Amino acid sequence: MIIRLEPRGEPPRWLSPLLTIAAVIVALLVGAVVLAFVGGDPVKAYLHIVKAAFGDVGVLSDTLVKATPLILTGLACALAFRMRLWNIGAEGQFLLGAWGASAVVLFPLLPAGTPSFVVIPVMMVAGALAGALWGVIPGVLRARLGVNEIITTLMLNYVALAWIQFWVFGPWSEGGFQQTAPFPKEAWLPRLTDFAKTVPAFSGLTTHLGLVFALVAAAALSIAVSRTRWGYEMRLIGDNARAARYAGIDIARYVIVVFAISGALAGLAGMSEVGGVVHRLQDRISPGYGFTAIIIAYLARLGPWRVVLASILFGALILAGREIQPSGVPAMIQGVILFCLIAAEALVRYRIVIGRRAPSAA
Amino acid sequence: MTSAPIDQATIPLAIEAVGIIKSFPGVLANDHVDFDVRAGEIHALLGENGAGKSTLMNVLAGLYQPDSGHVRVDGRDVAFRSPRDAIAAGIGMVHQHFTLVPSQTVAENVLLGLDRPRFRLDLRQTEKEVGHLAAEIGLRVDPGARVWQLSVGEQQRVEIIKMLFHGARVLILDEPTAVLAPQEIADLFATLRSMVAAGRSVVFISHKLGEVLAIADRLTVMRGGRVTAAGIDPRSVTRADLARLMVGRPVLEALQRTAVEPGRVVLSVEGVSADNDRGLPALRDASLQVRAGEIVGIAAVAGNGQSELAQVITGLRTCTGRVVVDGRDIAAQPARQAIDSGVAHVPEDRAGVGSAPNLSLVDNLILRRFRHPPVARGAFFDTRAARAKADELRGAYAISAPTIDAPARILSGGNLQRLILAREIDSAPTLLVAVQPTRGLDVGAIEGVHQLLLDLRAKGTAVLLISEELDELLALADRILVMYEGQVAAEFPAPSSADVDAIGLHMTGGEGAA
Amino acid sequence: MIDLTLILAAGVASGTILLFAAVGEIFAERAGVLNLGVEGMMLIGAVAAFSVTAATGNPWLGVVVAMIAGGLLSLVHAAITIQFRADQVISGLALTFLGSGLARVLGDGLSKAGQISTLPRFTVPLLGDIPVLGAILFRDQSLMTYVGFVLVPLAWYWIERTRPGLNLRAVGERPAAADAQGIDVVRLRYLYVLVGGLLAGLAGATITIAISPGWFGDQTVAGRGWIAVGLVIFAQWSPIRAAIGAYLFGAIFRFIIDIQGVKTILGAENPFQAGRSATFFLEMLPYLFVVIVVIIGSREALRRRVGAPAALGIPYVRGERGA
Repeated sequence: MIIRLEPRGEPPRWLSPLLTIAAVIVALLVGAVVLAFVGGDPVKAYLHIVKAAFGDVGVLSDTLVKATPLILTGLACALAFRMRLWNIGAEGQFLLGAWGASAVVLFPLLPAGTPSFVVIPVMMVAGALAGALWGVIPGVLRARLGVNEIITTLMLNYVALAWIQFWVFGPWSEGGFQQTAPFPKEAWLPRLTDFAKTVPAFSGLTTHLGLVFALVAAAALSIAVSRTRWGYEMRLIGDNARAARYAGIDIARYVIVVFAISGALAGLAGMSEVGGVVHRLQDRISPGYGFTAIIIAYLARLGPWRVVLASILFGALILAGREIQPSGVPAMIQGVILFCLIAAEALVRYRIVIGRRAPSAA
Repeated sequence: MTSAPIDQATIPLAIEAVGIIKSFPGVLANDHVDFDVRAGEIHALLGENGAGKSTLMNVLAGLYQPDSGHVRVDGRDVAFRSPRDAIAAGIGMVHQHFTLVPSQTVAENVLLGLDRPRFRLDLRQTEKEVGHLAAEIGLRVDPGARVWQLSVGEQQRVEIIKMLFHGARVLILDEPTAVLAPQEIADLFATLRSMVAAGRSVVFISHKLGEVLAIADRLTVMRGGRVTAAGIDPRSVTRADLARLMVGRPVLEALQRTAVEPGRVVLSVEGVSADNDRGLPALRDASLQVRAGEIVGIAAVAGNGQSELAQVITGLRTCTGRVVVDGRDIAAQPARQAIDSGVAHVPEDRAGVGSAPNLSLVDNLILRRFRHPPVARGAFFDTRAARAKADELRGAYAISAPTIDAPARILSGGNLQRLILAREIDSAPTLLVAVQPTRGLDVGAIEGVHQLLLDLRAKGTAVLLISEELDELLALADRILVMYEGQVAAEFPAPSSADVDAIGLHMTGGEGAA
Repeated sequence: MIDLTLILAAGVASGTILLFAAVGEIFAERAGVLNLGVEGMMLIGAVAAFSVTAATGNPWLGVVVAMIAGGLLSLVHAAITIQFRADQVISGLALTFLGSGLARVLGDGLSKAGQISTLPRFTVPLLGDIPVLGAILFRDQSLMTYVGFVLVPLAWYWIERTRPGLNLRAVGERPAAADAQGIDVVRLRYLYVLVGGLLAGLAGATITIAISPGWFGDQTVAGRGWIAVGLVIFAQWSPIRAAIGAYLFGAIFRFIIDIQGVKTILGAENPFQAGRSATFFLEMLPYLFVVIVVIIGSREALRRRVGAPAALGIPYVRGERGA
């Protein structure tokens, strides 16, 4: 008996989303087995996740807070992956973005007491620029010198973390602790709860302006990808770079620009996190958003709106998963989800044939 | 040819294939095929592309397992599970696309797949043995050279030596002459004759009638997966008979060729030099001109700079010198400059360069016009206009595909080529650079492509046609330029079939030809 | 004061970790399979070696279990990429996620450093007495360091001078050619991905029970798996160049630790003393150095027009011509 894969002609349209959902379910089951194995109660754990993430308006709001940086970094990865550029550096770009936004307040680049409507846009620009800079470095190396971007983006993650640590342990440290002083209120992104006076239902809701950035970014990318020449050119480069060159497209320029935008999106995520949630810079500001973003981009099959959906799912997993012990389980489930997605993708392209005859050519 | 056998029935069969059936998804490639090869003969297998020749040979060489039917070697039933089994039984195949490892030396390639030595390799010893074997059958090759450094003809010799070194008594050659110049073909034929004289057998796959009649002791013809003539004597048939057996209808190359007076100089290549992908000089100070309403053919053995010439003109390769299109020098400029200057390009690698396999027909059909209205509206992309254009081109050029949303990869070779031609011709080019536009197409599709090129010429477009098919160049070109080692070695202003030998001599850098 | 001989000796020891991982990755990539899961496989190896050794007191058993663990993880990647022909980049990333998550699950509650029996250390007689070189290479080194010395020439010889090596190179350069010669492409790719996994597991074990004993969660490996992947590019897929790079990196790692203990440099106060925030710039060094080293490797590849195995990253499907 030999199991082999035969290519499908044209897979039916419903197959791919169905298998994606199946992959997530299988991954959750695998996670349940592991949980049971290490002595947890998987049913309770998952019920807890659902309740802790979507149980009422309050926790739903918290889930959206967690989803916000994921959407932005997820879009950053999805954009780069569309061109088959493996930007694994969203984590570092996120950190640099957080640093850039913090610099506005802590250097300070603006005098104390500058009103919110000035501080926040300046923080956005600073965060996006810092992230873009961190993205452009591997972009230029890849475009001009053919340097593998996987390695460079990854290495720059470690460099970015050390950079943040230097500032929070050193010049910006608050009394020797591993964090900076809290930002003044002017540098806080408005939250729903800030409007509780006019809309009482918003009381206690922490969802902040960053979510709006994320949704606007998703909408802009969605239009860019499907309705502009730019989207067409990216599609072409992503599918066949040699054909794109033949079509007269300057690929090197695209690589650099896409890395810059990708980095800017991740940087904006970092800005939104320090401005909207933490309100100070600390070295443990990201629980690996930039890495989860890779899985989100893949789960969303690189579609901007699907990135939003997948981010909410993962936001829930991170939010509720914090209480799951041992702490490695959520990370492991993420890995399993990714593997299941890859396997599902193979099932879209190939059908499994179990037969006795030896494999033959396709 | 070998001396005529007296009693053919007593000559033992080296291979016998009976009732071979082999299907692939959607295609019945071999439909009850019978085939045999005698010891000490050259047996030609004739058929069009897609007739099932290569499939049958891949079955004999152990690469494919048949769905049903069986193979006998020296009268015994065999069931090859892999090419290794076939080689062990003495059957070796030289594929059309060579199966050599470019980064390894000739000796290492020869050793690949052998059982001995089992562990430690003594390359110096192997190089010596390979040298001896090559000398025996009159092939020149440097056993220590790395394969990527060799010309296509040399690589073919390495393939043959490799198979013999592995003990092949039956050598299957798949379209071996497609990449060779006329003189190289003559050398190959001499080698094959010396091999069969020593008792080996050769299966010679081809779709070229002339060659087959010149070399074969016996012939088998295939069409549409079936055998239409089995093991016949080549002296008993005419070319017309064979053509009918091959194509199923009389071949008529009735091309609508009108007299066109060449106009202004559209393309002027002046003293251009460029390197190939390996960084070695491919073009050395090459110069040529193409006028409006003129088809200029480039004849050359593979690897003499003709591919690089096309890339230099279309902006896909950097160079020194001048490439002037309609008075504008576009040398060493990005491809965008060439496109904007009205240069259309039918690239050599249709799937790898000329199309985006996973994108839709729509996306592929607008590949070179997406910057212009109506598809582009400022920065925006008008999907409806793109679809309308794609629909129009699909109808006009008879591209057969289920819908215009289907990905390009599902198109057959002929349909993909029609898509590329449709796109390039529709851009109303001033210059078309077409590289191997009919390679791998069946006869009907080839005629269609030829007609499109002639129509373009009639409309006053300058056409640079690079082809390895000398017949094609003779049928279409107003002038033929022969390239050798990166230079234009000779020009034939009004080529005819009488020039074939002279062209061939120049293609191989023959002395005294200048 | 900083003793250069000691730094180099410690660098050789610490570089051994990178060496195992890089040589393993060279085998896999030479067969045409890019495995970006080295970091994950090393973590699994590290936690397996540490927990088995802690539980049984037998470091030898720890090494064996670590290699098996790394190997098993690599087989997941092999199945996904070779059989299912999935993208090797994304599968390798998934492997790192899976490996580090699993390692954290398994390592949960393990004592951080503590006393653990380690593999033996010894000085090689005679060789250890060679001036300078003996002190760097052969004096009081872990057994694993010596294993590294033997592995490098063996790996080179295997790849360049033997029939299995010839087949390995053919599979990675032109699988269709290997297949046509009856070489089982799928089997060999599985085999060498497994070799990569075994060696990555060994590299992990080398950290926790030989060179720097202890289990510190994710920080145990601290990106060394990724550094090994970068080293392979710098090494141009040659085990010997990989060894040079690995020992160099080892020395850098060691230098970073040693310089923090120095009070003054050339009369001036050392800004990188332990506890100072400037030490974070030291921590960047190895990662920045990888970037530089990969740039060097890529430039060299461009200039010499040689580089990665031609079929690296491409799934093999029989019947697709020119593959």
